[in-house]
Amino acid sequence: MLDDRARRILPAAPGVGYKPQHYSDIINGADPLGWLEVHAENYMGAGGRPIAQLRHLSERFPISVHGVGLSIGAEGDLDPDHLSRLKHLVEWLNPASFSEHLAWSTHDSHFLNDLLPLPYTEATLARVCAHIDQVQTTLGRQMLLENPSSYLAFAESTMEETAFLAEVVKRTGCGLLLDVNNVFVSATNLKTSPQEYIDAFPLAAVGEIHLGGHDEDMDETGAPLLIDSHGAAVVDPVWALLDYTLARSGPKPLLVEWDTDVPEWPVLAAEIARAHQALDAVPA
Amino acid sequence: MSVSQTAFTAGLLDATQAAPEGLVNPDGTPATKRYDVYRNNVAVSLSDALEAAFPVVRKLVGEDFFRAMSGVYLRMHPPASPLMMFYGEAMPQFLTRFDPVKHLSYLPDIAKLELAMRQSYHAADADPIDANAIGAVAPTDLMGLRMTFAPSTTMIKSDHPVYGIYLSNTDTSAPKPVTQPECVLVTRPQFDPQIHAISAADATCIESLIAGQPLGVAMTNAGAELDLGALLGLLLQQSTITQLN
Repeated sequence: MLDDRARRILPAAPGVGYKPQHYSDIINGADPLGWLEVHAENYMGAGGRPIAQLRHLSERFPISVHGVGLSIGAEGDLDPDHLSRLKHLVEWLNPASFSEHLAWSTHDSHFLNDLLPLPYTEATLARVCAHIDQVQTTLGRQMLLENPSSYLAFAESTMEETAFLAEVVKRTGCGLLLDVNNVFVSATNLKTSPQEYIDAFPLAAVGEIHLGGHDEDMDETGAPLLIDSHGAAVVDPVWALLDYTLARSGPKPLLVEWDTDVPEWPVLAAEIARAHQALDAVPA
Repeated sequence: MSVSQTAFTAGLLDATQAAPEGLVNPDGTPATKRYDVYRNNVAVSLSDALEAAFPVVRKLVGEDFFRAMSGVYLRMHPPASPLMMFYGEAMPQFLTRFDPVKHLSYLPDIAKLELAMRQSYHAADADPIDANAIGAVAPTDLMGLRMTFAPSTTMIKSDHPVYGIYLSNTDTSAPKPVTQPECVLVTRPQFDPQIHAISAADATCIESLIAGQPLGVAMTNAGAELDLGALLGLLLQQSTITQLN
């Protein structure tokens, strides 16, 4: 059992995206595991096994609630029903952290089940900030906002993503979730430098770092097109980018994400071990 | 050129529409294939959700057919909420109208059963009454007894052998289904939904009780074929009754 204070903080240690098939590995496991992340929407049912498991896990591990359906970047209003379901979850679970994405997924009351991209303009900045204000006021806590994986750019964008995120932090007081795989995917796809992105990123606001795998494809010109699939091992250049980041940010809570073609526990345990090494190498 | 979310969404579910203007590759040319990544993500993720939701329907029509049918379904019925665990609510009605499967008249009820089991899985927890509680009711009060059921308890009445078809497609040792109308009771004693074949009389009795009618009325509605002792035994053993009034 964790005491109340330990449950409220994500430690600067590796955690893992929780999948029910790994329940007994995690509960009985000898692998050092600092915390767990769950997708908010999977725990919005009324009861049954998912809620019971989460309640039990939360007695053993700090929990990070990661939303995938709030549609913070939507042109329309946030869905009040979804926001109140989220409030209910955050109230009973009282997790260590809540995070969501710089993206949209709902339009005209249709949920599209994907993280769709935004142009970086003054208009979208104002809208995203208003929605984050609403979320933080409703939940009564700070949230973290995650940088997206980009496959394309908007001709209308007037600012860099890093400047956009820095301004969101400044206006709303939210924190950031830095996904280094997303940085690598976007930089490859948009032909920019991932290190320059990290250099420009407001690292002081980072409350959590994500690591995940991606798939490789190419566009019609033969240029590489990486797809953020969360269905593969983290590649070496992303581990290197993590080292680059940690050297500048200091130790942070690190999450290994694997959402599709989920492997047996030992495969994830090996990724977690590698995340431990990365943290151990950070100068104190 | 600003790309509205209406324009961005329109092409996602309609492959005949071109990618919206204003989305660009790193060299500034129109992002056609890159827009297709989003198209693909939406269709694949929704198809995957339907596959996970209706494994028996999928088995009955075949994997390839189900995938193609999902493509039609998700365009007609995109999710109305981010709770993907409940996606597919319109599948039974869709199957009654989708021409290529119209001859499989039992299919909508199989989808109904799979939906009911999923809803039962996520339904609110409720403490059952003590197994002896009904026995402790005074005989004179028995006919006026009303019961409250756990939210995880549901019933499907079908003109088709839904129980037999479901079982023979999920359990290799199950007997072949017999052509007959069947009623199925879905219960959740703890975490895993269970299905039980019950008689039409049992089903009518439960239906009346769930509707809030007293036991005496439920028995009359059910008729002579009701085996009340066996039915109450099943309901108690499956932790379905949460309150006696």
